[in-house]
Amino acid sequence: MTPIISVRDLVVEYDGRRVLNGLNLDIEHGETMVLLGGSGCGKSTLLRQIIGLEKPKSGSVFVKEVDITRCSKPELKKIRKSIGVAFQSAALFNSLNIEENVALPLREHTRLAPSIIELVVWMKLAAVGLADRGKLLPSELSGGMKKRAAVARAIALAPEILVLDEPSAGLDPIVAAELDELILLLKHTFHMTIIVVTHELPSAFLIADRIAMLYEGSFSSVGTKDQLKASQNPRVRQFLDRVPEDIARTPVTEHFAKYLNASEAHQ
Amino acid sequence: MANILESVGERTIEQLDYVGSLNIQWWATVRAMTQALPFVGNRDRWKTTVKQMLEIGVDAIPMVSLMAVCTGFIFAMQGATELRRFGALRYVVDLVAVGFTRELGPLMTAVAVSGRSGSAFAAEIGTMKVTEELDSLRVMALEPLEFVLAPKYLAALIAVPCLSVISNLCGILAGGLFMFFSIHLMPGLYLRYVFNAIELRDLIMGMIKSIVFGSILAQVGCLEGMRVHGGPDSVGRSTTSVVVKSTFLVIIADALFTALFYLTAKR
Repeated sequence: MTPIISVRDLVVEYDGRRVLNGLNLDIEHGETMVLLGGSGCGKSTLLRQIIGLEKPKSGSVFVKEVDITRCSKPELKKIRKSIGVAFQSAALFNSLNIEENVALPLREHTRLAPSIIELVVWMKLAAVGLADRGKLLPSELSGGMKKRAAVARAIALAPEILVLDEPSAGLDPIVAAELDELILLLKHTFHMTIIVVTHELPSAFLIADRIAMLYEGSFSSVGTKDQLKASQNPRVRQFLDRVPEDIARTPVTEHFAKYLNASEAHQ
Repeated sequence: MANILESVGERTIEQLDYVGSLNIQWWATVRAMTQALPFVGNRDRWKTTVKQMLEIGVDAIPMVSLMAVCTGFIFAMQGATELRRFGALRYVVDLVAVGFTRELGPLMTAVAVSGRSGSAFAAEIGTMKVTEELDSLRVMALEPLEFVLAPKYLAALIAVPCLSVISNLCGILAGGLFMFFSIHLMPGLYLRYVFNAIELRDLIMGMIKSIVFGSILAQVGCLEGMRVHGGPDSVGRSTTSVVVKSTFLVIIADALFTALFYLTAKR
Protein backbone atom coordinates (compact mmCIF):
# COMPACT_ATOMS: atom_id res chain seq x y z
CA MET A 1 0.00 0.00 0.00
CA THR A 2 1.36 3.44 -0.90
CA PRO A 3 1.95 5.82 1.98
CA ILE A 4 -0.74 8.49 2.54
CA ILE A 5 2.00 11.14 2.81
CA SER A 6 5.34 10.93 1.11
CA VAL A 7 8.04 13.58 1.39
CA ARG A 8 10.78 13.35 -1.24
CA ASP A 9 14.11 15.24 -1.24
CA LEU A 10 12.45 18.27 0.33
CA VAL A 11 14.60 21.38 0.47
CA VAL A 12 13.30 24.62 2.00
CA GLU A 13 15.22 27.86 2.19
CA TYR A 14 14.33 31.24 3.72
CA ASP A 15 16.40 34.14 2.37
CA GLY A 16 19.14 31.76 1.28
CA ARG A 17 19.25 30.03 4.68
CA ARG A 18 18.56 26.30 4.36
CA VAL A 19 15.91 25.18 6.83
CA LEU A 20 15.07 21.70 5.50
CA ASN A 21 17.87 19.79 3.90
CA GLY A 22 16.62 17.15 1.43
CA LEU A 23 14.15 15.34 3.70
CA ASN A 24 12.58 11.98 2.86
CA LEU A 25 9.69 10.58 4.92
CA ASP A 26 6.78 8.20 4.40
CA ILE A 27 3.70 8.23 6.62
CA GLU A 28 1.39 5.23 6.37
CA HIS A 29 -2.43 5.17 6.55
CA GLY A 30 -3.70 5.20 10.14
CA GLU A 31 -0.26 5.86 11.58
CA THR A 32 0.51 8.42 14.28
CA MET A 33 3.75 10.09 13.36
CA VAL A 34 5.39 12.45 15.81
CA LEU A 35 7.83 15.04 14.51
CA LEU A 36 10.21 15.64 17.37
CA GLY A 37 13.02 18.12 17.71
CA GLY A 38 14.29 21.20 19.45
CA SER A 39 13.19 24.75 18.79
CA GLY A 40 14.07 26.02 15.32
CA CYS A 41 14.99 22.60 13.91
CA GLY A 42 12.38 22.84 11.12
CA LYS A 43 9.44 20.84 12.54
CA SER A 44 6.81 23.50 11.88
CA THR A 45 8.36 24.27 8.49
CA LEU A 46 7.99 20.62 7.50
CA LEU A 47 4.41 20.69 8.73
CA ARG A 48 3.61 23.79 6.66
CA GLN A 49 5.01 21.97 3.61
CA ILE A 50 2.86 18.91 4.32
CA ILE A 51 -0.32 21.01 4.48
CA GLY A 52 0.67 22.99 1.38
CA LEU A 53 0.99 26.41 3.02
CA GLU A 54 4.44 27.02 1.58
CA LYS A 55 6.32 26.02 -1.56
CA PRO A 56 9.70 24.28 -1.24
CA LYS A 57 12.87 25.25 -3.08
CA SER A 58 12.99 21.73 -4.47
CA GLY A 59 11.57 18.28 -3.78
CA SER A 60 8.01 17.02 -3.51
CA VAL A 61 5.30 16.32 -0.98
CA PHE A 62 2.79 13.68 -2.06
CA VAL A 63 -0.49 13.59 -0.17
CA LYS A 64 -2.78 10.77 -1.30
CA GLU A 65 -0.50 10.38 -4.34
CA VAL A 66 -0.90 14.02 -5.43
CA ASP A 67 2.20 16.20 -5.47
CA ILE A 68 0.87 19.22 -3.60
CA THR A 69 3.94 21.29 -4.43
CA ARG A 70 3.05 21.23 -8.12
CA CYS A 71 -0.68 20.49 -8.33
CA SER A 72 -3.36 22.93 -9.49
CA LYS A 73 -5.36 25.09 -7.06
CA PRO A 74 -8.56 23.00 -7.36
CA GLU A 75 -6.53 19.82 -6.70
CA LEU A 76 -4.90 21.41 -3.65
CA LYS A 77 -8.33 22.49 -2.37
CA LYS A 78 -9.59 18.92 -2.76
CA ILE A 79 -6.59 17.56 -0.85
CA ARG A 80 -6.97 20.16 1.88
CA LYS A 81 -10.53 19.02 2.54
CA SER A 82 -9.09 15.68 3.60
CA ILE A 83 -6.64 17.29 6.05
CA GLY A 84 -7.66 18.76 9.40
CA VAL A 85 -5.19 21.11 11.03
CA ALA A 86 -5.04 22.41 14.59
CA PHE A 87 -2.47 25.19 14.82
CA GLN A 88 -0.18 25.88 17.75
CA SER A 89 -2.07 29.12 18.51
CA ALA A 90 -5.42 27.31 17.93
CA ALA A 91 -6.19 29.99 15.29
CA LEU A 92 -9.90 30.08 16.11
CA PHE A 93 -11.84 32.95 14.55
CA ASN A 94 -12.27 35.43 17.35
CA SER A 95 -15.43 36.95 15.91
CA LEU A 96 -17.21 33.57 15.88
CA ASN A 97 -18.23 31.49 18.87
CA ILE A 98 -16.95 27.93 19.27
CA GLU A 99 -19.97 26.34 17.59
CA GLU A 100 -19.69 28.69 14.62
CA ASN A 101 -15.97 27.99 14.37
CA VAL A 102 -16.58 24.24 14.19
CA ALA A 103 -19.55 24.70 11.85
CA LEU A 104 -17.58 26.84 9.39
CA PRO A 105 -16.00 24.04 7.28
CA LEU A 106 -19.30 22.15 7.32
CA ARG A 107 -21.26 25.19 6.10
CA GLU A 108 -18.69 25.94 3.41
CA HIS A 109 -18.00 22.47 2.05
CA THR A 110 -21.18 20.45 2.58
CA ARG A 111 -24.82 20.81 1.66
CA LEU A 112 -26.03 19.59 5.04
CA ALA A 113 -29.18 21.13 6.51
CA PRO A 114 -28.56 23.60 9.37
CA SER A 115 -30.13 21.18 11.89
CA ILE A 116 -27.74 18.40 10.78
CA ILE A 117 -24.77 20.77 10.96
CA GLU A 118 -25.83 21.69 14.49
CA LEU A 119 -25.92 18.00 15.41
CA VAL A 120 -22.52 17.28 13.84
CA VAL A 121 -21.01 20.30 15.62
CA TRP A 122 -22.40 19.06 18.94
CA MET A 123 -20.93 15.60 18.30
CA LYS A 124 -17.49 17.01 17.45
CA LEU A 125 -17.53 19.26 20.50
CA ALA A 126 -18.65 16.34 22.66
CA ALA A 127 -15.74 14.28 21.30
CA VAL A 128 -13.29 16.88 22.63
CA GLY A 129 -15.25 17.49 25.85
CA LEU A 130 -16.59 20.93 25.00
CA ALA A 131 -20.26 20.15 24.30
CA ASP A 132 -21.44 22.65 26.93
CA ARG A 133 -19.07 25.47 25.85
CA GLY A 134 -20.23 25.92 22.27
CA LYS A 135 -21.78 29.35 22.77
CA LEU A 136 -18.61 30.87 24.24
CA LEU A 137 -16.24 33.04 22.27
CA PRO A 138 -12.60 31.88 21.90
CA SER A 139 -11.51 34.74 24.19
CA GLU A 140 -13.62 33.22 26.96
CA LEU A 141 -11.83 29.85 26.86
CA SER A 142 -8.67 28.68 28.62
CA GLY A 143 -5.58 27.71 26.60
CA GLY A 144 -6.35 23.98 26.82
CA MET A 145 -9.98 24.48 25.81
CA LYS A 146 -8.94 26.58 22.82
CA LYS A 147 -6.66 23.78 21.64
CA ARG A 148 -9.46 21.23 22.06
CA ALA A 149 -11.85 23.51 20.16
CA ALA A 150 -9.24 23.76 17.39
CA VAL A 151 -9.11 19.95 17.28
CA ALA A 152 -12.94 19.83 17.09
CA ARG A 153 -12.84 22.20 14.10
CA ALA A 154 -10.03 20.18 12.51
CA ILE A 155 -12.08 16.97 12.68
CA ALA A 156 -15.35 18.64 11.58
CA LEU A 157 -15.16 17.25 8.05
CA ALA A 158 -13.95 13.85 9.31
CA PRO A 159 -10.58 14.20 7.57
CA GLU A 160 -8.33 11.26 6.76
CA ILE A 161 -5.30 13.16 8.05
CA LEU A 162 -5.15 15.16 11.27
CA VAL A 163 -2.24 17.53 11.80
CA LEU A 164 -1.52 18.95 15.25
CA ASP A 165 1.12 21.62 15.69
CA GLU A 166 2.51 21.58 19.25
CA PRO A 167 -0.81 20.65 20.87
CA SER A 168 0.53 20.71 24.42
CA ALA A 169 2.85 23.73 24.16
CA GLY A 170 2.26 26.23 26.93
CA LEU A 171 -0.19 24.01 28.81
CA ASP A 172 0.14 22.62 32.32
CA PRO A 173 0.99 18.88 32.58
CA ILE A 174 -2.57 17.87 33.46
CA VAL A 175 -4.17 19.64 30.49
CA ALA A 176 -1.32 18.38 28.26
CA ALA A 177 -2.06 14.81 29.42
CA GLU A 178 -5.76 15.36 28.66
CA LEU A 179 -4.85 16.39 25.13
CA ASP A 180 -2.68 13.27 24.73
CA GLU A 181 -5.67 11.19 25.82
CA LEU A 182 -7.81 13.02 23.28
CA ILE A 183 -5.32 12.28 20.47
CA LEU A 184 -5.31 8.58 21.41
CA LEU A 185 -9.12 8.60 21.50
CA LEU A 186 -9.32 10.19 18.02
CA LYS A 187 -6.79 7.68 16.71
CA HIS A 188 -8.72 4.68 17.97
CA THR A 189 -12.21 6.04 17.23
CA PHE A 190 -11.75 7.62 13.80
CA HIS A 191 -8.68 5.65 12.59
CA MET A 192 -7.10 8.85 11.31
CA THR A 193 -3.54 9.33 10.17
CA ILE A 194 -2.22 11.76 12.75
CA ILE A 195 0.87 13.94 12.52
CA VAL A 196 1.92 15.68 15.70
CA VAL A 197 4.67 18.24 16.01
CA THR A 198 6.05 18.45 19.52
CA HIS A 199 9.18 18.73 21.58
CA GLU A 200 7.59 17.14 24.64
CA LEU A 201 9.12 13.69 25.13
CA PRO A 202 6.49 12.10 27.44
CA SER A 203 3.73 13.15 25.06
CA ALA A 204 5.63 11.86 22.02
CA PHE A 205 6.32 8.46 23.61
CA LEU A 206 2.68 8.11 24.65
CA ILE A 207 0.93 8.87 21.36
CA ALA A 208 3.42 7.95 18.61
CA ASP A 209 3.53 4.87 16.42
CA ARG A 210 6.72 6.22 14.90
CA ILE A 211 8.86 9.22 15.73
CA ALA A 212 10.88 11.28 13.27
CA MET A 213 13.49 13.37 14.97
CA LEU A 214 14.72 16.50 13.24
CA TYR A 215 18.00 18.23 13.83
CA GLU A 216 19.08 21.29 11.84
CA GLY A 217 16.81 20.46 8.92
CA SER A 218 17.68 16.76 8.59
CA PHE A 219 16.27 13.62 10.19
CA SER A 220 18.65 12.26 12.80
CA SER A 221 16.35 9.31 13.39
CA VAL A 222 13.08 7.89 12.07
CA GLY A 223 11.63 4.83 13.77
CA THR A 224 9.45 3.37 16.46
CA LYS A 225 9.54 4.58 20.06
CA ASP A 226 11.77 1.65 21.06
CA GLN A 227 14.14 2.26 18.15
CA LEU A 228 14.43 5.89 19.16
CA LYS A 229 15.06 5.04 22.80
CA ALA A 230 17.78 2.55 21.77
CA SER A 231 19.37 4.92 19.27
CA GLN A 232 23.04 5.78 19.78
CA ASN A 233 22.90 8.74 17.43
CA PRO A 234 24.62 11.54 19.41
CA ARG A 235 21.91 14.09 18.49
CA VAL A 236 19.13 11.73 19.58
CA ARG A 237 20.94 10.90 22.82
CA GLN A 238 21.57 14.60 23.48
CA PHE A 239 17.83 15.33 23.05
CA LEU A 240 16.62 12.32 25.07
CA ASP A 241 19.20 12.79 27.85
CA ARG A 242 18.63 16.58 27.91
CA VAL A 243 22.30 17.49 27.41
CA PRO A 244 22.88 21.20 26.74
CA GLU A 245 24.53 22.36 23.52
CA ASP A 246 28.31 23.00 23.60
CA ILE A 247 27.62 26.35 22.04
CA ALA A 248 26.12 27.42 25.34
CA ARG A 249 29.60 27.26 26.89
CA THR A 250 30.79 30.80 26.36
CA PRO A 251 33.80 32.26 28.20
CA VAL A 252 31.39 33.86 30.66
CA THR A 253 29.58 30.60 31.47
CA GLU A 254 32.93 28.76 31.67
CA HIS A 255 34.16 31.31 34.21
CA PHE A 256 30.90 31.04 36.13
CA ALA A 257 31.13 27.22 36.14
CA LYS A 258 34.76 27.39 37.42
CA TYR A 259 33.67 29.79 40.16
CA LEU A 260 30.84 27.45 41.21
CA ASN A 261 33.16 24.40 41.23
CA ALA A 262 35.75 26.30 43.30
CA SER A 263 33.17 27.44 45.86
CA GLU A 264 31.74 23.88 46.09
CA ALA A 265 35.28 22.51 46.68
CA HIS A 266 35.91 25.17 49.31
CA GLN A 267 32.75 24.17 51.19
CA MET B 1 26.18 60.69 -5.53
CA ALA B 2 26.03 56.98 -6.36
CA ASN B 3 24.55 56.33 -2.92
CA ILE B 4 21.82 58.92 -3.43
CA LEU B 5 20.93 57.44 -6.83
CA GLU B 6 20.96 53.95 -5.35
CA SER B 7 18.69 55.04 -2.53
CA VAL B 8 16.27 56.84 -4.90
CA GLY B 9 16.23 53.81 -7.20
CA GLU B 10 15.59 51.46 -4.31
CA ARG B 11 12.70 53.56 -3.00
CA THR B 12 11.24 53.86 -6.50
CA ILE B 13 11.34 50.09 -6.98
CA GLU B 14 9.73 49.63 -3.55
CA GLN B 15 6.89 52.02 -4.42
CA LEU B 16 6.37 50.44 -7.84
CA ASP B 17 6.31 47.04 -6.18
CA TYR B 18 3.67 48.35 -3.77
CA VAL B 19 1.48 49.76 -6.55
CA GLY B 20 1.92 46.50 -8.50
CA SER B 21 0.85 44.44 -5.47
CA LEU B 22 -2.12 46.76 -5.00
CA ASN B 23 -3.22 46.19 -8.60
CA ILE B 24 -2.75 42.42 -8.40
CA GLN B 25 -4.75 42.29 -5.18
CA TRP B 26 -7.44 44.58 -6.68
CA TRP B 27 -7.90 42.32 -9.70
CA ALA B 28 -7.99 39.16 -7.55
CA THR B 29 -10.54 40.77 -5.20
CA VAL B 30 -12.73 41.88 -8.09
CA ARG B 31 -12.73 38.29 -9.38
CA ALA B 32 -13.56 36.94 -5.93
CA MET B 33 -16.25 39.60 -5.37
CA THR B 34 -18.91 37.69 -7.29
CA GLN B 35 -19.15 35.44 -4.22
CA ALA B 36 -20.01 38.44 -2.05
CA LEU B 37 -22.84 39.67 -4.28
CA PRO B 38 -26.47 39.22 -3.22
CA PHE B 39 -28.60 36.56 -4.98
CA VAL B 40 -25.78 35.21 -7.20
CA GLY B 41 -23.09 34.79 -4.52
CA ASN B 42 -22.69 33.02 -1.20
CA ARG B 43 -25.30 34.08 1.39
CA ASP B 44 -22.81 34.16 4.24
CA ARG B 45 -20.45 36.44 2.29
CA TRP B 46 -23.32 38.83 1.54
CA LYS B 47 -24.24 38.85 5.24
CA THR B 48 -20.62 39.74 6.06
CA THR B 49 -20.74 42.45 3.38
CA VAL B 50 -23.87 43.99 4.94
CA LYS B 51 -22.23 43.89 8.37
CA GLN B 52 -19.17 45.64 6.93
CA MET B 53 -21.37 48.22 5.19
CA LEU B 54 -22.98 49.07 8.51
CA GLU B 55 -19.56 49.42 10.14
CA ILE B 56 -18.03 51.50 7.34
CA GLY B 57 -21.15 53.47 6.47
CA VAL B 58 -23.79 53.77 9.17
CA ASP B 59 -21.36 53.98 12.09
CA ALA B 60 -19.41 56.74 10.32
CA ILE B 61 -22.45 58.95 9.58
CA PRO B 62 -22.19 61.14 12.72
CA MET B 63 -18.48 61.80 12.19
CA VAL B 64 -18.72 62.45 8.45
CA SER B 65 -21.81 64.67 8.92
CA LEU B 66 -20.16 66.77 11.60
CA MET B 67 -16.99 67.14 9.53
CA ALA B 68 -19.06 68.20 6.52
CA VAL B 69 -21.13 70.73 8.48
CA CYS B 70 -18.00 72.32 9.97
CA THR B 71 -16.23 72.38 6.60
CA GLY B 72 -19.37 73.81 4.97
CA PHE B 73 -19.38 76.68 7.47
CA ILE B 74 -15.65 77.27 7.05
CA PHE B 75 -15.93 77.20 3.26
CA ALA B 76 -18.92 79.59 3.24
CA MET B 77 -17.34 82.03 5.71
CA GLN B 78 -13.97 82.12 3.92
CA GLY B 79 -15.71 82.52 0.55
CA ALA B 80 -18.01 85.25 1.88
CA THR B 81 -15.06 87.26 3.25
CA GLU B 82 -13.59 87.58 -0.25
CA LEU B 83 -16.75 87.64 -2.37
CA ARG B 84 -18.36 90.38 -0.23
CA ARG B 85 -15.62 92.78 -1.42
CA PHE B 86 -16.86 92.36 -4.98
CA GLY B 87 -20.56 92.44 -4.03
CA ALA B 88 -20.86 88.80 -5.11
CA LEU B 89 -22.00 87.25 -1.85
CA ARG B 90 -24.66 85.23 -3.67
CA TYR B 91 -21.91 83.20 -5.32
CA VAL B 92 -21.07 81.66 -1.95
CA VAL B 93 -23.93 79.28 -2.78
CA ASP B 94 -22.21 78.18 -6.01
CA LEU B 95 -18.89 77.88 -4.22
CA VAL B 96 -20.28 75.62 -1.50
CA ALA B 97 -22.57 73.55 -3.74
CA VAL B 98 -20.06 72.93 -6.55
CA GLY B 99 -17.10 72.64 -4.16
CA PHE B 100 -18.80 69.96 -2.10
CA THR B 101 -20.32 67.85 -4.89
CA ARG B 102 -17.19 67.84 -7.01
CA GLU B 103 -14.46 67.87 -4.45
CA LEU B 104 -14.89 68.24 -0.71
CA GLY B 105 -17.65 65.68 -0.14
CA PRO B 106 -15.80 62.70 -1.68
CA LEU B 107 -12.37 63.79 -0.44
CA MET B 108 -13.35 64.41 3.18
CA THR B 109 -15.33 61.19 3.30
CA ALA B 110 -12.35 59.26 1.96
CA VAL B 111 -10.00 60.79 4.54
CA ALA B 112 -12.46 60.05 7.37
CA VAL B 113 -13.10 56.47 6.22
CA SER B 114 -9.40 55.74 5.68
CA GLY B 115 -8.67 56.79 9.27
CA ARG B 116 -11.63 54.89 10.63
CA SER B 117 -12.19 51.80 8.50
CA GLY B 118 -9.00 51.48 6.41
CA SER B 119 -6.89 51.18 9.54
CA ALA B 120 -9.49 48.81 11.05
CA PHE B 121 -9.18 46.55 7.96
CA ALA B 122 -5.39 46.47 8.35
CA ALA B 123 -5.60 45.76 12.07
CA GLU B 124 -8.18 42.99 11.60
CA ILE B 125 -6.42 41.26 8.70
CA GLY B 126 -2.99 41.78 10.27
CA THR B 127 -4.14 40.21 13.52
CA MET B 128 -5.70 37.32 11.59
CA LYS B 129 -2.34 36.81 9.91
CA VAL B 130 -0.32 36.96 13.13
CA THR B 131 -2.69 34.55 14.90
CA GLU B 132 -2.59 32.11 11.92
CA GLU B 133 -6.32 32.61 11.20
CA LEU B 134 -5.59 33.27 7.52
CA ASP B 135 -3.52 30.08 7.34
CA SER B 136 -6.32 28.28 9.07
CA LEU B 137 -8.73 29.47 6.35
CA ARG B 138 -6.36 28.24 3.65
CA VAL B 139 -6.01 24.79 5.18
CA MET B 140 -9.81 24.60 5.37
CA ALA B 141 -9.75 25.08 1.58
CA LEU B 142 -11.19 28.61 1.93
CA GLU B 143 -9.62 31.57 0.16
CA PRO B 144 -8.89 34.58 2.40
CA LEU B 145 -9.44 36.76 -0.67
CA GLU B 146 -13.00 35.55 -1.04
CA PHE B 147 -13.69 35.11 2.66
CA VAL B 148 -12.14 38.27 4.12
CA LEU B 149 -11.17 40.77 1.43
CA ALA B 150 -14.07 40.60 -1.05
CA PRO B 151 -16.85 41.49 1.47
CA LYS B 152 -14.80 44.42 2.78
CA TYR B 153 -14.10 45.70 -0.72
CA LEU B 154 -17.70 45.43 -1.88
CA ALA B 155 -18.91 47.10 1.33
CA ALA B 156 -16.49 50.00 0.83
CA LEU B 157 -17.58 50.40 -2.82
CA ILE B 158 -21.19 50.81 -1.68
CA ALA B 159 -20.75 52.63 1.64
CA VAL B 160 -18.21 55.31 0.64
CA PRO B 161 -20.33 56.86 -2.17
CA CYS B 162 -23.37 56.81 0.16
CA LEU B 163 -21.34 58.63 2.82
CA SER B 164 -20.20 61.12 0.18
CA VAL B 165 -23.83 61.94 -0.63
CA ILE B 166 -24.52 62.52 3.08
CA SER B 167 -21.38 64.65 3.32
CA ASN B 168 -22.52 66.74 0.29
CA LEU B 169 -25.96 67.26 1.82
CA CYS B 170 -24.52 68.30 5.19
CA GLY B 171 -22.02 70.70 3.61
CA ILE B 172 -24.71 72.32 1.47
CA LEU B 173 -26.99 72.53 4.53
CA ALA B 174 -24.24 74.33 6.45
CA GLY B 175 -23.86 76.77 3.54
CA GLY B 176 -27.63 77.37 3.63
CA LEU B 177 -27.56 78.09 7.36
CA PHE B 178 -24.70 80.53 6.91
CA MET B 179 -26.53 82.34 4.08
CA PHE B 180 -29.75 82.47 6.13
CA PHE B 181 -28.06 83.99 9.18
CA SER B 182 -25.72 86.32 7.24
CA ILE B 183 -27.96 87.77 4.51
CA HIS B 184 -31.32 86.21 5.44
CA LEU B 185 -31.43 84.18 2.22
CA MET B 186 -34.56 82.02 2.48
CA PRO B 187 -34.09 78.20 2.26
CA GLY B 188 -36.30 77.86 -0.82
CA LEU B 189 -34.29 80.44 -2.75
CA TYR B 190 -31.02 78.94 -1.48
CA LEU B 191 -32.07 75.54 -2.82
CA ARG B 192 -33.00 77.05 -6.19
CA TYR B 193 -29.53 78.63 -6.41
CA VAL B 194 -27.97 75.30 -5.43
CA PHE B 195 -29.83 73.42 -8.18
CA ASN B 196 -28.89 76.11 -10.70
CA ALA B 197 -25.23 75.86 -9.69
CA ILE B 198 -24.87 72.06 -9.78
CA GLU B 199 -24.85 70.16 -13.05
CA LEU B 200 -25.44 66.44 -13.47
CA ARG B 201 -21.81 66.20 -14.56
CA ASP B 202 -20.69 67.44 -11.13
CA LEU B 203 -22.71 64.78 -9.36
CA ILE B 204 -21.40 62.03 -11.63
CA MET B 205 -17.84 63.29 -11.16
CA GLY B 206 -18.25 63.25 -7.39
CA MET B 207 -19.71 59.72 -7.44
CA ILE B 208 -16.95 58.36 -9.69
CA LYS B 209 -14.34 59.92 -7.42
CA SER B 210 -15.89 58.47 -4.27
CA ILE B 211 -16.07 54.98 -5.81
CA VAL B 212 -12.39 55.22 -6.76
CA PHE B 213 -11.49 56.57 -3.30
CA GLY B 214 -13.45 53.76 -1.63
CA SER B 215 -11.61 51.27 -3.79
CA ILE B 216 -8.21 52.75 -2.90
CA LEU B 217 -8.73 52.86 0.85
CA ALA B 218 -10.21 49.36 1.03
CA GLN B 219 -7.39 47.91 -1.05
CA VAL B 220 -4.65 49.74 0.87
CA GLY B 221 -6.20 48.68 4.19
CA CYS B 222 -6.36 45.04 3.09
CA LEU B 223 -2.87 45.03 1.52
CA GLU B 224 -1.27 46.52 4.62
CA GLY B 225 -3.01 43.84 6.68
CA MET B 226 -1.83 41.07 4.37
CA ARG B 227 1.75 42.41 4.52
CA VAL B 228 1.93 42.17 8.30
CA HIS B 229 4.58 39.76 9.46
CA GLY B 230 6.05 39.15 12.86
CA GLY B 231 4.14 40.22 15.94
CA PRO B 232 1.60 42.74 17.22
CA ASP B 233 4.02 45.67 16.74
CA SER B 234 3.83 45.03 13.01
CA VAL B 235 0.02 45.29 13.19
CA GLY B 236 0.37 48.69 14.86
CA ARG B 237 2.74 49.92 12.15
CA SER B 238 0.42 48.73 9.40
CA THR B 239 -2.54 50.71 10.76
CA THR B 240 -0.50 53.92 10.74
CA SER B 241 0.79 53.12 7.29
CA VAL B 242 -2.76 52.69 5.93
CA VAL B 243 -3.78 56.23 6.84
CA VAL B 244 -0.63 57.75 5.34
CA LYS B 245 -0.63 55.68 2.13
CA SER B 246 -4.35 55.77 1.43
CA THR B 247 -4.58 59.55 2.02
CA PHE B 248 -1.62 60.05 -0.29
CA LEU B 249 -3.06 57.81 -3.02
CA VAL B 250 -6.53 59.35 -2.67
CA ILE B 251 -5.08 62.85 -3.20
CA ILE B 252 -3.06 61.67 -6.22
CA ALA B 253 -6.18 60.05 -7.69
CA ASP B 254 -8.18 63.20 -6.94
CA ALA B 255 -5.65 65.36 -8.76
CA LEU B 256 -5.71 63.03 -11.78
CA PHE B 257 -9.51 62.93 -11.92
CA THR B 258 -9.86 66.68 -11.46
CA ALA B 259 -7.35 67.25 -14.28
CA LEU B 260 -9.23 64.78 -16.48
CA PHE B 261 -12.58 66.44 -15.84
CA TYR B 262 -11.08 69.89 -16.32
CA LEU B 263 -9.60 68.93 -19.68
CA THR B 264 -12.83 67.33 -20.88
CA ALA B 265 -15.09 70.15 -19.61
CA LYS B 266 -17.14 72.25 -22.06
CA ARG B 267 -15.40 75.59 -22.64
